[in-house]
Amino acid sequence: MDLILVNLIDGLVTGLLLFMLSAGLTLIFSMMGVLNFAHASFYMLGAYFAYQISIALGFWMGLLIAPLIVGVLGAGVERYGLRRVHKYGHVPELIFTFGLALLIEELVQFIWGKNQMPYNVPDILNFTAFAISGAAIPAYKIFMIFVSVAIFIGLLFVLTKTRVGMIIQAALSYPRTVEALGHNVPLIFMGVFGVGTALAGVAGVIAGPVLGTFPGMAFVLGSIVFVTIVIGGLGSLWGALVASLLIGWITTFAKSYNIEMENILNGLGISTPENLDESIFRDLWSLTSPQIADILPYILMVLILIFRPAGLFGKRST
Amino acid sequence: MKKTTKLGAVSALSLVIGASAAFAENIKIGFIDPLSGPFASTGANGLHQLEFAADYMVNQNGGVLDGDMFEVIGFDNKTSPKESLIQLQVAIDQGIRYIVQGNGSAVALALTEAIDKHNRRNPDSRVLFLNYAAVDPALTNEKCNFWHFRFDANADMKMDAMTDVIAEDDSIKKVYVIGQDYSFGKAVADAAVSMLDEKRSDIEVVGNELHPIGKVKDFTPYSRKIVASGADAVITGNWGADMLGLGKSIIENGFDGPIYTYYGAGSGMTAAFGETGKGVIRLVSEGIVNPPPTEEASAYYDAFSAKYPEGNVDQTRISNTVGMLAEAIKKAGTADDVVAVAKALEGMEYQTIWGSKVMMRPEDHQAIQNINILNHTDEDVTYTFDSSTFGVVNEATVEMASADIATTCEMKRP
Repeated sequence: MDLILVNLIDGLVTGLLLFMLSAGLTLIFSMMGVLNFAHASFYMLGAYFAYQISIALGFWMGLLIAPLIVGVLGAGVERYGLRRVHKYGHVPELIFTFGLALLIEELVQFIWGKNQMPYNVPDILNFTAFAISGAAIPAYKIFMIFVSVAIFIGLLFVLTKTRVGMIIQAALSYPRTVEALGHNVPLIFMGVFGVGTALAGVAGVIAGPVLGTFPGMAFVLGSIVFVTIVIGGLGSLWGALVASLLIGWITTFAKSYNIEMENILNGLGISTPENLDESIFRDLWSLTSPQIADILPYILMVLILIFRPAGLFGKRST
Repeated sequence: MKKTTKLGAVSALSLVIGASAAFAENIKIGFIDPLSGPFASTGANGLHQLEFAADYMVNQNGGVLDGDMFEVIGFDNKTSPKESLIQLQVAIDQGIRYIVQGNGSAVALALTEAIDKHNRRNPDSRVLFLNYAAVDPALTNEKCNFWHFRFDANADMKMDAMTDVIAEDDSIKKVYVIGQDYSFGKAVADAAVSMLDEKRSDIEVVGNELHPIGKVKDFTPYSRKIVASGADAVITGNWGADMLGLGKSIIENGFDGPIYTYYGAGSGMTAAFGETGKGVIRLVSEGIVNPPPTEEASAYYDAFSAKYPEGNVDQTRISNTVGMLAEAIKKAGTADDVVAVAKALEGMEYQTIWGSKVMMRPEDHQAIQNINILNHTDEDVTYTFDSSTFGVVNEATVEMASADIATTCEMKRP
């Protein structure tokens, strides 16, 4: 039973990490209608920049500087790339971000090579914070939780309590009206894009040492981020948070407990075929939850799209 | 008898002269492996080692036959069997007769079947399949064919050596087996369970698990189970990002026993494991670079390091593949007739630059060689990996391992 607590913590870490990526993406999507395929690539850039900086100046400077660089890059991409493509409609925008994702992956391989980077947890955090019945919780995990929670609270504060946040929220639903009131909406778009990519950068900086820093890291995480914002509801920060945590916990628990399909089917009243090896459903019967853990979020997304197309916290159907 | 020899010699001579006058062509070798995606580093390092071996062992020594040079061409298959078949067709259309592949038994199984089919239908453009790392036993058993040669030990042979070492270690009472969910991962798991039971029935397999290949972002839940199971040792066939992710996660979450791996070194992994992996990561491998086995091997490694300062010679079998292919082409006297080259490869005994011998078993085209258990450490390492201070040092050797391992291969020869 202690394992449940450990799994809750592990799932929380995975979920919060996912949140940092999806928070930026969901804001960008709802504001500009751009499905930014390159979002996970900015996450990768964050990790690589932080690795490079950490060699010279140490991990903490990396944590500070790398997201800034990524954010500036992101703002630049919006200002000089997306904004020009914008007038041609959504499809060119999609293709633009898709191309950008491929370009960034190639660039990263060109500069750093295809190998795993030895980007490691800083020594000061490289110890076991505490152990729950033999399962060690590394201090770095606690650190990750703190950083992501701090970012969430910060974001929530800016979006709901400050003037800038109110203008952003207004621009989310009525960009024309906000513009007519004299606000510089393109600047807001650029700012949101920059902050969104910077958040992805932060995620990269703190995830790089644990999940590995390699050219495929954007690809591995890319699709799940989209699933998260669809489940959470486009444009909803709370939705992104809930969906991220949900996915984090679902996958963690599915991997931790060997739930066998045979038991589920038997529980539903279907009896196991006599000769399993000859049954055409053999693969279905022998499935275990760890095998399909990483597919479960996609199943959840399909269900959400069927029964609640706007997502868990979405206000509009897109 | 004498007459035919003479005739043969004369015709061979005229052939040679004709060849040198007209062609001195490149012998093209197609390398089909992932050069992008999650396993790009593994594939790219393999390509570098193949290019270097071709250059250093063949081209710098004047090539084979009459100055024919080896030319290596890389094809990116993104680790997908489907993509590999497309790339295979592209390669064949470019006139390539030698296909080298290693990463992923699913890919190798698709390729060997496609090549068998192609060779039956197109006797004029037959190709050989030189497999340097795909270790699913099926490739030299029920799925074997005349065109496929495996230069690596297969999963069962490696497991045999690995379990020999585990069986001698009395401190190991519980073993956890985990791997990628595809043919190779399953083969490793099956072999581990049956061989451990055979050699040390008192060892309990406390976990036997498969995870999706190349899709797991965070291995923490798996490592939790491993630690909670109280295992003394872990066996995994993981490779690429899956190997590093799993290994790092297991160690981070408090496991300190040995992790026996098939592919837990090189490609950036050794540097990334660094201090945390010291004394934990074990590697089963055919090649030894530490301590340096021969002067020839040291010269080879030094030359490689000069060309690729960031690279490692972590797959010595690639140089064996090139060396044996060159020998076979010399013996067959032709590079165009792949049947003759294949026949020359069959049963070949080859003295490697790594100081050991490789024998290509004729009945299933499985290479028989020494298998070693190497240890990840930073002590007494002459040739480190990944420009780090860490490398793998030999710990135990099984001579000509599993030379008499049974095979179900029924090979149809042309």
